[in-house]
Amino acid sequence: MNAETRPLIKPQESAVSTVAAMRAVFSRDMKVAFRQRQDLLNPLLFFVMVVTLFPLGVSPEVSFLREAGAGILWVAALLSVLLSLDHLFRHDFDDGTLEQLVLQPQPLFLLVLAKTLAHWVLTGLPLVLLAPVLGVMVHLDGNSIAVLCLTLLIGTPVLSLIGAIGAALTLGLRSAGVLLSLLIIPLYIPVLIFGTGTVAAATEGAPVGAYVALMGAFLVLAITLAPFAAAAALKISLSNS
Amino acid sequence: MLFRDLSFSILPGTVTRVEGANGTGKTTLLRILAGLNDAWSGELLWCGKSRNWHREEFLRNVLYLGHRPGIKALLTPMENLRALVAPRRPVADSVLHQALSGTGLDGFHDVPCRRLSAGQQRRVALARLLIADEPLWLLDEVFTAIDAKGVSAIEALLQQRAAEGGAVVVTTHHELQLPGMRSIKLGEVAAQ
Amino acid sequence: MWQIFHKLGSPKWFFGIATRLMPWLLAGALALLAVGLVWGLAFAPKDYLQGNSYRIIFIHVPSAFLAQSVYIMMATAGVVTLVWRMKLADVFVKAVAPVGLVLTFLALFTGAVWGKPTWGTWWIWDARLTSMLILLFLYGGAIALDRAINDEKSAARAVAVLVLVGVVNIPIIKYSVEWWNTLHQPATFKLTEKPSMPAEMWVPLLLSVLGLYLLFGWLACLRMQTEILAREQRTRWVKEHVLARRAG
Repeated sequence: MNAETRPLIKPQESAVSTVAAMRAVFSRDMKVAFRQRQDLLNPLLFFVMVVTLFPLGVSPEVSFLREAGAGILWVAALLSVLLSLDHLFRHDFDDGTLEQLVLQPQPLFLLVLAKTLAHWVLTGLPLVLLAPVLGVMVHLDGNSIAVLCLTLLIGTPVLSLIGAIGAALTLGLRSAGVLLSLLIIPLYIPVLIFGTGTVAAATEGAPVGAYVALMGAFLVLAITLAPFAAAAALKISLSNS
Repeated sequence: MLFRDLSFSILPGTVTRVEGANGTGKTTLLRILAGLNDAWSGELLWCGKSRNWHREEFLRNVLYLGHRPGIKALLTPMENLRALVAPRRPVADSVLHQALSGTGLDGFHDVPCRRLSAGQQRRVALARLLIADEPLWLLDEVFTAIDAKGVSAIEALLQQRAAEGGAVVVTTHHELQLPGMRSIKLGEVAAQ
Repeated sequence: MWQIFHKLGSPKWFFGIATRLMPWLLAGALALLAVGLVWGLAFAPKDYLQGNSYRIIFIHVPSAFLAQSVYIMMATAGVVTLVWRMKLADVFVKAVAPVGLVLTFLALFTGAVWGKPTWGTWWIWDARLTSMLILLFLYGGAIALDRAINDEKSAARAVAVLVLVGVVNIPIIKYSVEWWNTLHQPATFKLTEKPSMPAEMWVPLLLSVLGLYLLFGWLACLRMQTEILAREQRTRWVKEHVLARRAG
């Protein structure tokens, strides 16, 4: 490299578009996850195991399982998302890629949204896909299973989005995992109530359109607000490190 | 509080070294300049404009290398370097290859970084410097885990950068002597 | 304008104001609470349905009321922390969070005590009680996060984010819990909704609510002063203050 042949360095004005940067963040997270596939299976195994505990611990009777099944599946899915949240930012925090993410010349909340979307595709979506099998095992009828999957499909992204705030707030703290659960579970309650309530209504044969629409509203609210809070929390946690 | 009444300018075409004993806040100062630490009060201007109000424009123009190299162990040097450079400007694979070869990582371009040594991983991060277009570099302990030959290459690079009109701010425990180097001394008042 | 704002945020200035304000707050609180509680507990008429056991509302309602407004006050202070970085707001949130927790617990406890004679059980998954329980969790989370972060500035800002997220969620939680409640148990009679509460009942209730607000104000000042002394222990004014107190 020769100093004379290169032009003088000037401030740059154009950066890569935000959408392209979001896509890059998303695909990098996917790539990293698929190089460590076992980590992808863990939340799913956990989900199945928690569901198994209920027939063993409470009662294998068809009537009980049919009544409680949707609730069991929802609680298990919620716990399994909660368990996976600790990883959302921690590895990036440890190896320094999080610092570089915060320093990218794009709005941070959109990059956080891309990361959260990747988290959902890697944990929430597989849970939704696995739910029908477990639904059959707890003797839910076909219609209830369909509604259950729909509520999980709308609800699990909300869990990831709210969870991202907690994961960002507890980044770098000792016993972050337990603390994360303490902060996030109360905020998960509305999603849980409407998720299970919608299935209960469907089982009784009531129309569920209004409830599903309301869950959709939760999702819209979470998409618009949670990334801001998570981005702010990330900056605070990095300031502190 | 680490420091107060601190005021300085960083000019194009200069290398500035932040000096001070352990715990005087060298890393903190660099993180504040980069925008990673918000726990300060005062004013920070970039090209005469408030940095906090022109965050993205500022970030486009600054390259920060911290203690943690920002390298994902599961990705290859190529993938890592692309992830670091691509959000800033479109970059061709050939340029990335060239940069990696320039830091002596020939033959390791497609090996997952967890198989590389600490020094090699840092070299992946340093490869950014060879193709950087950011006018301001903030380098925290840039010589860590780098061998003697690498150190002199980096020194030459910094000097060349300054000659081209770039601005470099470094913290290091390594004895760094460059002609025309400026310095910011931290912890001076406390020592008196 | 900015100077006044800055002054308002100065811990030293607040310390002085609080010292002068506190005797008044305490006196007002004790007077109002004494009148409200004695009137409510001893002289207000019996409830035609529940007899004397309803009288616990003179403690239950004020604490439940205040528990919720303290959370909203914390969220407001959280905005100030995040936007203007005012030290006093940090101190306020840290000082009142445990008070809010205790008030929420008090509301839950009195609710349970009240539930025993009226519903025949200590706990019932009533919408209000459940919402209060979730509020207790929210307070607990905020306090746990605050304790977990060593740096007090970062702790204040992290808690501010959490409390703000919580405050956005509170209406959603309340609504969903009410919906859940009607879904699961139709026809529970609601005790706190009395369309025709006689004045002999609501006036003492109002007095107790106001009294508890003043008591909270006094407690907040006291706890904030303690926190300020701890945070500013290296400054000259705190040293002088402590020496003056010791001498006097």
